[in-house]
Amino acid sequence: MRAVIDRDQVLHVARLARLKLTEEEIEPLAAELSAILDHVAHIGELDLDGVEPTSHVVDIAGALRPDEPRECLPREVALAQAPAVSPTGEGFSVPSPQA
Amino acid sequence: MSDADLIALTAAEAAHQISIGALSPQELFSAYRARAAADELNCFTWVAPANESAPAGSESGGGRGSIGAAAEAGLELRDTPLAGVPLAVKDLFCTEGVPSQSGSRILEGYEPPYTATAVARLQSAGASLLGKTNQDEFAMGSSNENSAYGPVLNPWDRTRVPGGSSGGSAAAVAAGLAPWALGTDTGGSIRQPAALCGIVGMKPTYGAVSRYGMIAFASSLDQAGPLTRDVTDAALLLRHMVGRDPCDATSLQLPAEIELPNAELLDGIRIGVPAELTGGPGEGGGGDSEGGGIEAGVLEAFRAALTQAEGLGAQIVQDVCLPHAPHALSAYYVLAPAEASSNLARFDGVRYGLRSVDPTHPQDLLDMYERTRHDGFGAEVKRRIMLGTYALSAGYYEAYYGRAQRVRTKIAEDFARAFARVDFIVTPTAPSVAFGLGEKTGDPLQMYLNDYCTVPMSLAGIPAISIPCGLHEGLPVGLQLAGPAFSENELLDAAYVLELALAFDGSPARV
Repeated sequence: MRAVIDRDQVLHVARLARLKLTEEEIEPLAAELSAILDHVAHIGELDLDGVEPTSHVVDIAGALRPDEPRECLPREVALAQAPAVSPTGEGFSVPSPQA
Repeated sequence: MSDADLIALTAAEAAHQISIGALSPQELFSAYRARAAADELNCFTWVAPANESAPAGSESGGGRGSIGAAAEAGLELRDTPLAGVPLAVKDLFCTEGVPSQSGSRILEGYEPPYTATAVARLQSAGASLLGKTNQDEFAMGSSNENSAYGPVLNPWDRTRVPGGSSGGSAAAVAAGLAPWALGTDTGGSIRQPAALCGIVGMKPTYGAVSRYGMIAFASSLDQAGPLTRDVTDAALLLRHMVGRDPCDATSLQLPAEIELPNAELLDGIRIGVPAELTGGPGEGGGGDSEGGGIEAGVLEAFRAALTQAEGLGAQIVQDVCLPHAPHALSAYYVLAPAEASSNLARFDGVRYGLRSVDPTHPQDLLDMYERTRHDGFGAEVKRRIMLGTYALSAGYYEAYYGRAQRVRTKIAEDFARAFARVDFIVTPTAPSVAFGLGEKTGDPLQMYLNDYCTVPMSLAGIPAISIPCGLHEGLPVGLQLAGPAFSENELLDAAYVLELALAFDGSPARV
């Protein structure tokens, strides 16, 4: 599993991650990620046929609560740390998807 | 008592003195607050303000759970288990009204509307919030050099790192700036800085402590735990943090209460030494151990400690195998970044934290997301988000994330098999003593190797504790003891006995 991540892949992944990269950042990042991916690719050497994946190490049952409405965060508290609040004070203000 | 006497008390000793009326919690808090405020190691990102006698609800800030608020709530501190003893808390724990930034610029000045369960439980038990400690950004790092608020200096040698990501918590306890501290451990972030700073640090069984209110890094790995001067303090702090929390569906109730340790011997205890995690330079198989061997001086101190353990009646079992341990680091550096890429998606400039605006031309929503995240995240965080996003993306999921989850299964099985033969596994906590600032920042992989001995336990979800076991060239060496899931009491007992015998009395020169 040879992994070399090139410029185009870096830009593609950055777009998926909603991360802007400057021109100077792209090449070093590509090199670092390639080195890391190359290293972690060692797990490709193992025989893992028939092995179940683990997403949760310790089994828990009955973690759900009754489906009953409860008080939630008051609006003004939720908006208190907002970078921008809508003029009506009802929500978070953000730029349009198409400025 | 003089300030020097006050600072010399362990948390348990101080709590006892307060409970019998021999010490006032306000006096203890003032002494520590003054030291924290004068800190030169950059351990703190926030310290409780001096006017702590001001009633809650005034503009004094300081947050709930400060010593003033506790008194106002009618809590007779001396009657509570933790008696008002000051506690330093890692920055990533949400503390209502008090900055909680997870060491990042993207959350600079963020004041949460609620307090993390772990902290709230400790405050209910009488702990008072001394300050928030510096950390690697979003808990990603092994040296505290990734903080947006500057590196933390190791009190043993200020040209060296304290370890990470809970570097601020570890250094504060080691330097006597706090009697004890809360940290978090995802791949070793409590244990490794504890080792590099010569103190005790413990990661409990996954689920033992609620993660509600912990700014998340990797949800299947993150666990809160104590950083303390001795094993008794670790037990005391853990005792009042654990338990099922309806706000965290991954939390669980331990089968028994955490007790303060009081064992005297290790008779009948079988301790396994896995070759894969105790090799020297150049030893060990392929995988991650290439060039990642353990320093000779660390191994020497480790082996000397094992001899002590034998003297206490323990049976050291040398041929215990953890065949997949050499691949743990690789699996971790797929799983953790993948989970982080998901957890950090919420930092987008919309609801809290930094929002980047370009004054030179209008931006749309996508611009805002991308620019905010570019400006707000540091290099290591960006690296891991990219790694994680790649590993989860279409076409790569099965080859990376899917495989890493299977490696995780094998590692858990390795430990289960080992624990059929031994009671505990023992390893050095970290491959080296504290290294120099800037020494490993040039190569991410070099930095990742610091987690070599601690990551397997995180992947398996089992509890592990690091205690100081000696010095190498004047710098502390940590020994790690790991046990099966839910073996906290047994682990604390064994660590306590060993701690007594090792009689590690080193401390960095007090400021």
